[in-house]
Amino acid sequence: MAGKHSLFGPVDPAADAGYGEDHPPRMGFFTDTSICIGCKACEVACKEWNDVPATHFDMLGSSYDNSLSLNANQWRHVAFIEQAKPLGEQESGLRRQAVDLGMPGMAPPDGASAAHAGQDDDAGRPDFRWLMSSDVCKHCTHAACLDVCPTGSLFRTEFGTVVVQDDICNGCGYCVPACPYGVIERRKGPEGAKNVGIAQKCTLCYDRLGAGSTPACAQACPTQSIQFGDVDELRERADARLAQLHEAGTTDARLYGHDPEDGVGGAGAFFLLLDEPEVYGLPPDPVVTTKDLPHMFNRAGVAALTLLAGAALSFLGRRR
Amino acid sequence: MAEAHPVGFQWVMEAKARGATVIHVDPRFTRTSALADTFVPLRVGTDIAFLGGVINYVLQNGLDFREYVVAYTNAAVIVSDDYQDTEDLDGLFSGFDPATRTYDPASWQYAGRDSAQDGDDQDHVVQRETASALQHETHGIGVESDPPRDETLQHPRCVYQILKRHFARYTPELVSQTCGVSTEAFLEVARAFTENSGRDRTTALVYSVGWTQHSVGVQYIRTGAILQLLLGNMGRPGGGIMALRGHASIQGSTDIPTLFNLLPGYLPMPTAGVDDSLDDWLDGISHPGSKGYWANARAYGVNLLKAYWGDAATAENDFCFDYLPRITGDHGTYRTVLDMIDGKVKGYFLLGQNPAVGSAHGKAQRLGMANLDFLVVRDLFEIESATFWKNSPEVETGEIVPQECRTEVFLMPAASHVEKEGTFTQTQRMLQWREKAVEPPGDCRSELWFFYHLGRLIRERLAGSTAERDRPLLDLAWDYPMLGDTDDPDAEAVLMEINGYDVATRRPLSSFTEMKADGSTLGGCWIYTGVFADGVNQAARRTPGSEQSYVAPEWGWAWPANRRTLYNRASADPQGRPWSERKAYVWWDASRGAAGEWTGHDVPDFEVTKPPSYRAPAGSDGVEAIEGVDPFIMQGDGKGSLFVPKGLIDGPLPTHYEPVESPFRNPIHGQQANPTRKEYSRPANRLNPSPPEPHAEVFPYVFTTSRLTEHHTAGGMSRYVGRLAELQPEMFVEVSPELAAERGLQNGGWCHVVTARAAVEGRVLVTDRLSPLRVEGRVIHQVWLPYHWGTGGMVTGDSANDLFGISLDPNVLIQESKAGTCDVLPGRRPTGRDLLAFVEGYQRRSGVHDDHARPIVTVGPGAQAPDDGDETPDPAGGT
Repeated sequence: MAGKHSLFGPVDPAADAGYGEDHPPRMGFFTDTSICIGCKACEVACKEWNDVPATHFDMLGSSYDNSLSLNANQWRHVAFIEQAKPLGEQESGLRRQAVDLGMPGMAPPDGASAAHAGQDDDAGRPDFRWLMSSDVCKHCTHAACLDVCPTGSLFRTEFGTVVVQDDICNGCGYCVPACPYGVIERRKGPEGAKNVGIAQKCTLCYDRLGAGSTPACAQACPTQSIQFGDVDELRERADARLAQLHEAGTTDARLYGHDPEDGVGGAGAFFLLLDEPEVYGLPPDPVVTTKDLPHMFNRAGVAALTLLAGAALSFLGRRR
Repeated sequence: MAEAHPVGFQWVMEAKARGATVIHVDPRFTRTSALADTFVPLRVGTDIAFLGGVINYVLQNGLDFREYVVAYTNAAVIVSDDYQDTEDLDGLFSGFDPATRTYDPASWQYAGRDSAQDGDDQDHVVQRETASALQHETHGIGVESDPPRDETLQHPRCVYQILKRHFARYTPELVSQTCGVSTEAFLEVARAFTENSGRDRTTALVYSVGWTQHSVGVQYIRTGAILQLLLGNMGRPGGGIMALRGHASIQGSTDIPTLFNLLPGYLPMPTAGVDDSLDDWLDGISHPGSKGYWANARAYGVNLLKAYWGDAATAENDFCFDYLPRITGDHGTYRTVLDMIDGKVKGYFLLGQNPAVGSAHGKAQRLGMANLDFLVVRDLFEIESATFWKNSPEVETGEIVPQECRTEVFLMPAASHVEKEGTFTQTQRMLQWREKAVEPPGDCRSELWFFYHLGRLIRERLAGSTAERDRPLLDLAWDYPMLGDTDDPDAEAVLMEINGYDVATRRPLSSFTEMKADGSTLGGCWIYTGVFADGVNQAARRTPGSEQSYVAPEWGWAWPANRRTLYNRASADPQGRPWSERKAYVWWDASRGAAGEWTGHDVPDFEVTKPPSYRAPAGSDGVEAIEGVDPFIMQGDGKGSLFVPKGLIDGPLPTHYEPVESPFRNPIHGQQANPTRKEYSRPANRLNPSPPEPHAEVFPYVFTTSRLTEHHTAGGMSRYVGRLAELQPEMFVEVSPELAAERGLQNGGWCHVVTARAAVEGRVLVTDRLSPLRVEGRVIHQVWLPYHWGTGGMVTGDSANDLFGISLDPNVLIQESKAGTCDVLPGRRPTGRDLLAFVEGYQRRSGVHDDHARPIVTVGPGAQAPDDGDETPDPAGGT
């Protein structure tokens, strides 16, 4: 049902929201996780520019991830996944190096002795890779958070992005369960921070875009893992990069969120992943939660009409 | 590199995208490994064995770049009959004196050399005290210019054959046994290295400074240099050895040094009793009889003195040479800390440095600072080195009592790098100017402001003094334009003085070749001359890469002479032609100029009009003696040194020694560890026993430390800033799942790591990124700790550097702080007095508690004799 004010399907979101033909091209992120080095410069740059408070000072013991997930105080989040799996043509060196200590689960079933381990044979330790990926608000083509916002605080910008207006949001929280990725959240603290109680998430640095600048995270990324630009152009770049990786033997590589035919009409911020989305904590097949809204309205309309008709009939019947 | 230099790593990623293969060798799997094509884990402290194995692979298979090696290195040079190798003497070179644990290097000299000529400048006892190898950093080796050669490389005493014999036992099997690397992985690296070197291809070797922090640190780098010379990877594009420095301008702080034994431009600090006159000092640098540009040392030295003392420096008074301080021995940072403990030091200045957390043996650092009259700390925050007297671990144990601590601490707020102007010099020797973005808040001021005004105030106090000792301060040329409301000296004026100018006209010099030895020019650092050429701040240039060649000569300015690759004459063959079209960089063009010129993509590192066919007249020295085929123009013989006859304390060739603390006996030599190392044997500096000493099993594990991307070194710039502190909020210890099982460690729980110095606790991070290795037939576990935490800041924790003792490389006095042995226990460490008793228990069990003197020499005469280590000998004969 792609068309004006549609709730799913491939559309130009800014035009769909009513911007004229001269609106700027849709802007977004292509995050190529295959070259992310996990430096977290994006997290810090985002917090500095947007004045997002530092809140969590506990070590999680989950690789180098100490920020856990996207939330009101974390608009960029770098995931670290340590995995017993080879990375394409990459040689971790850990498998062939591992030493068999004869402990449960370490030795192969035939009980290869320690004398063989550490040499050139397989010592029973699977190969290893360390995935890193910087997650962010997807700026969906069909954004449920925006659809359900009763105050109009969430709005579609001329760049096709989705932004909260802090001074309009009343903190009702309808947007929170509406997001299929669990990105948006009301800021619960810390005390004294700005916008406590208000829904908060990535703005794709709307203020910087307006001034012709690159969003802070992409600007800070040293390896260009986070690429900012015109979404159509980024999609082409992503396709080319994917083909390059497949050719190099990294057959696990895949794009996530780039397809306008997907459940959110394609994301404005999409990713190149090296494994299933679930591995990174991403939903495998997100669907805009308001997709069925027209259908539901229709049903509700029919039901209401039926009720009205019934009521009318009963009056008619009484007259008889 | 991705961990500690993420911004520089973008270029590695770009190279990878263009097809480069990235190999990472490291004790643990890091962010760099995650992005590399191949990762090879190895045992901490075995890098010489690993790279020595690659050298052996090259030599045994004849894979060296022969034409390059013969023409541009000292491979063909014949060495003295008297030379004996570590292969002959079980880990020692000839000339070893077990009493002083130093060498007489006479037998290391080139054949035909009259060793009596070497005399004074070859006293290794003095050279070790003064870290003389550091003074020689760019001096090159002072060897005679024309030694006997055999260009067939067949002579049994030519360097090539000596090298071949020296590394013959470094077979893939021995590498595997020693390093814990599989032969398959080793051979993969050796093949990749050699297949990617030669006429058409070059390989770069990149290291971070942890590589230097070993008791054989200098020889680590030497091993890399030998390999790169053999493969023809020096002076060529895409080759070389890239040292990733630990801070933004550490290269700058060796060029214009903050070191006790150097003056700007690598001029050595004069030594008392040796450099008694200007002539003595300068002859010691220029090595009459040697080739090369150090022959002009007089001009460099005089220009520096003129920059210091201006009009007061005249030819009549030797340009105030006598105003320069003299060194009398080891005044290195660790010696100084021990002297502080002994009450010999009154005051200490710390500028952007946090030794209470960042230096080896943190307890010694803190106890030393607690025994001063005054301490000045200039930093962005109130770091541990300013608060040790009230909240250090020693306050908890009662070793420092705040009410009794005598040190008066002056904490001066510093301006950050965005709050002041000046230059950074990065690892490529490139100076980049940065502007002041904002005014510093409150009382924060630049270092330039601090030192200028400190000097001004002291000079005002001394005004009118007639005392001889005050002349050096009163005669200083101390006059700079002031900027702004805070009277900040103009940094560009300082850079102009560093560049140098003609005294009469103040015309900026454009090259150090314009420096005069008669006092008519002045310049503060000869290698930086040209940074202000034509009166323009060349360091401020920012032409985008897209608007110039890939060498990018118009971005910033690199010393010397804006040359981006040193010794680039070697990028052309002996006849001056590029080795290949693909690797063309600098070449001889016979059609240029009157009779041909050197030209190319970079500034040629050679006299532009000296043709490849030039041969030196007999008896010449200095620049005249550099022949058309001598690319290494700062070396005494113009050649790359595979074998180093002069300048190194611990031997002319690198050889594998175990770290001072190791659970293993040296598998290659009877000599266990570097016999010439500097070791301060005293109760405050207990070192864990290593074989052949007994009780090494008390500390069964190997540990190493390094940085996380999220923090900056000792944490002074990251732990005090919320948005950085939260990224890695707690001290932790990385262990393999196997070690976790062996010691009952739970991921996320607590553990503590123990050495003979300290016990340090942290949260446990169990990870497959650490893997046990099989070494010499047994399994060894390695433990890794980040060293960023202390008692201050928004996130606190124990300091990993407290675990290390002090043992130093003999060449440059750098500490061994990347390899040690330890024990690991579950749970939290004891606190207070119990902590002292706990550590003492380990000292007793390992036998290092009382007046422990360990054997340092383990072969030959004097082997196994207890050694009291090194206290500083006083050249004047006192104590």
